[in-house]
Amino acid sequence: MSKFKSKKDNSLPAVNTASLPDIVFMLLFFFMVVTVMREDNLLIENRLPQADQVEKLDKKYPISYIYAGKPAKGYEKFGTEARLQLNDKLAEISEIQAFINAERAALREELIPKLTVSLKVDKEANMGIVGDIKQELRKASAFRINYTTATGDAKSNLD
Amino acid sequence: MAKRSAPEVNAGSMADIAFLLLIFFLVTTTIPKDSGITRKLPPIEENDQDVVIKEKNIFTVLLNGKDQLLVEDELMEIDDLRQAAVKFLDNGGDGTCTYCRGAKDPKSSDNPDKAIISLKNDRQTSYAAYITVQNELVAAYNELRNRRALEIGSKKGFPDMDFIAMEKAYDDVKFSGNRAKLKEVIEQIKIEIPQKLSEVE
Repeated sequence: MSKFKSKKDNSLPAVNTASLPDIVFMLLFFFMVVTVMREDNLLIENRLPQADQVEKLDKKYPISYIYAGKPAKGYEKFGTEARLQLNDKLAEISEIQAFINAERAALREELIPKLTVSLKVDKEANMGIVGDIKQELRKASAFRINYTTATGDAKSNLD
Repeated sequence: MAKRSAPEVNAGSMADIAFLLLIFFLVTTTIPKDSGITRKLPPIEENDQDVVIKEKNIFTVLLNGKDQLLVEDELMEIDDLRQAAVKFLDNGGDGTCTYCRGAKDPKSSDNPDKAIISLKNDRQTSYAAYITVQNELVAAYNELRNRRALEIGSKKGFPDMDFIAMEKAYDDVKFSGNRAKLKEVIEQIKIEIPQKLSEVE
């Protein structure tokens, strides 16, 4: 009789986890594809204002980023007035032209006129610094600009 | 003696490795979401000859240091700006604009091609207020363009598409319709209602 007795005990079999790596890999590939490594480490506060009449910024063409806002927590030594950030460090208005030229040098020739400058300005900044940036960009002949905003109700900016 | 098969590689730690990578990418991911108001700056001109523009064709918007809005020398709330701009652009004072539905007031703009919105701001103006005003002015242009797109779109085979939808469809790689024709319609609308927004320094 004992010959036909099941050798195993009758407890539930363990769940097969062999496909777990596959699932995780799938997720991994998804995130690898959509990942854009954070380009700049922000030293300033950067809360973008909201707008609803926005256009998507075309990634087909090169984009340079200029940040402005007051220095973030931990960087109070740079003052409380709105400052400019180019790449990874705070900069002066006069450095914009050199920055644009450096950005252009990294581009293929046919893309140079297509360079768009994305202005990421904190909503609490005032127009003085934005006007200065725009004037410098005009001097550098970088005419295509984009006031980068969050998408939302524009009137909520004024509250 | 029976041939012994090679022992199977233990793949149990595969999941751990994959998880580690997954978590790394999860943390570093920022899904790109950049969008905003695109503008073209005017070039710096050496010899600035004064171009004579009639006073009635200029719609002055002034945003002062306290974020107060002054439109055509009158205080205005931001909620009314869009309608005022539409009214100005859509006026069609000289009658050459067949698609305008405005009041044809001889004291306001001649046609959308001549109408210029002039935006002036102070150094103390907040960026948030400036973006809100820009947004409202772009909205005024878009409102007119959308209306025009609905009018001519149905004749050209793009019914029920407003201007925004047209531009979106044109950029969409999956768009199945006639792309060249759509481009033509978009260009026509852009010529009929050009965005003439000038900023004073």
